[in-house]
Amino acid sequence: MSRFVYADNAATTSVAPEVFEAMKPYFTEHFGNPSGHYSIGYTTKDAITEARAKVAAAIGANADEIYFTGGGSEADNWALKGVVERKKGGHIITTTIEHHALLRSGEWLAKNNVDVTFLPVDEYGKVSLEELEKAIREDTILVSVMMANNEIATIQPVAEIGALCKEKGILFHTDAVQAAGHIPIDVKAMNIDLLSMAAHKFRGPKGVGALYMRKGLKLPAFIHGGGQEKGIRGGTENVPGIVGMGVALEMAVKNMPENNDRLTKMRDRLIKGITETVPYSYLTGHPTDRLPGTASFIFECIEGESILLWLDMVGICASTGSACDSDSLDPSHVLLGIGLPAERAHGSLRLSLGEINTEEDVDYLLEQIPPIIQRLRNMSPLWENDKPKEVNN
Amino acid sequence: MSQMYSDKVMDHFANPRNVGELEDANAVGEVGNAKCGDIMKMYMKIEDGVIEDVKFKTYGCGAAVATSSMATEMVKGKTVEEALALTNRAVADALDGLPPVKMHCSVLAEEAIKAALTDYYTRQGIDPEPIVGCNMDCDHCHHEH
Repeated sequence: MSRFVYADNAATTSVAPEVFEAMKPYFTEHFGNPSGHYSIGYTTKDAITEARAKVAAAIGANADEIYFTGGGSEADNWALKGVVERKKGGHIITTTIEHHALLRSGEWLAKNNVDVTFLPVDEYGKVSLEELEKAIREDTILVSVMMANNEIATIQPVAEIGALCKEKGILFHTDAVQAAGHIPIDVKAMNIDLLSMAAHKFRGPKGVGALYMRKGLKLPAFIHGGGQEKGIRGGTENVPGIVGMGVALEMAVKNMPENNDRLTKMRDRLIKGITETVPYSYLTGHPTDRLPGTASFIFECIEGESILLWLDMVGICASTGSACDSDSLDPSHVLLGIGLPAERAHGSLRLSLGEINTEEDVDYLLEQIPPIIQRLRNMSPLWENDKPKEVNN
Repeated sequence: MSQMYSDKVMDHFANPRNVGELEDANAVGEVGNAKCGDIMKMYMKIEDGVIEDVKFKTYGCGAAVATSSMATEMVKGKTVEEALALTNRAVADALDGLPPVKMHCSVLAEEAIKAALTDYYTRQGIDPEPIVGCNMDCDHCHHEH
């Protein structure tokens, strides 16, 4: 029987009904500009204050350490470029598998006379603490390592990295866009100075995010404008978005133990089911230190966009790191970063489950995916006698 | 709905024509490479200068599969000369167009036909270059398209 299965929750999530309800009044009756000196302005100002407290509580921060942004990419850009501006240059260390918001910012800085080291990761996508320590120099001003990867779901040893940076007196930023609301975060215990997040990854709305800045570390303005966000992020606040982000993150943290227990079981059933029934298929990323809802695979001898088109025809939404799914024609930098050759990276598939998914969805994925893989392999010149041609020869 | 591909591309992707291998092929050509994410292999049975049968196998994206399928349809039953005149633009047009970033797939389909015909002439001891031309520099990815 045909179903609709949304298995791309790492790309974005649907806004939770409770979140949407909480946002609604701020589009209509509570429309006042939070800077306004009248009652409807005070209402929206209070709503932002409340949302800020909720976001702060979710990551163990204080409310005055949270700055709302237009999303995760803005927060990443602000963190990197802001630290460079504050420190007037210096050396930055990040990794080869960061989100593009981080990588492109790093590359841009590198073109503008900032030294940037892109640390390699191991086959599971983990950063080595030893390598990181070796890469630290006298003039290193910032280490930026993502908390969890968007393509292969690997979770980094953030607390250890934070401790090392603290010991060395270097600022530590983490892109927690995939992690916030999904795994526990404590910025104090993890010694995090800067942290990026985006509401739409945890059932909040799109177009709103936040940058946490540890107290005492107030980066220079990124968007110059009015006095919003203590004068360092200009622009009238996205009040409905900010309200939605607060409610969504509070709910995500509250439901985390129950959700993650359920999601981890579903994810592991998916991983076991796929890798056991489909020959020449592999899990990418770390087998255990991974986001609870995300399973990512490589299927040999076929190409990812073809898989997605077939999945879409049977009502399944998923994603791939194949070149053919992008405008660049290069396979994903993350898959290349964990050492996969391009020809394997083209055959990647990411299934990311979320709160809305059920065991029946997993049944459907396990029923639909293997025959699609088989069908594509049957028409692949790389596949012969039920195995890769290179194995035959 | 703003789909990536035309209905015709999706039809040829979902129901590809002439998929498979030809046991008695007398012309076989393969282009592309796995590193770039697409490979097309064409098998032809040519008799009296006419392409009596043609089959293909393709590793690649939706456009790669659809252009292979369309190209085989466009050369089946045609003379070798007619097949040599097939352009990538004609294949793309027959599919009601391709996204710009996917035009290289139609180039690959044209090259696959030509690679098979190169093999056909070579097997007969005829130098294919003056007839087919040298377009077999397929080791590079078609990033420029």
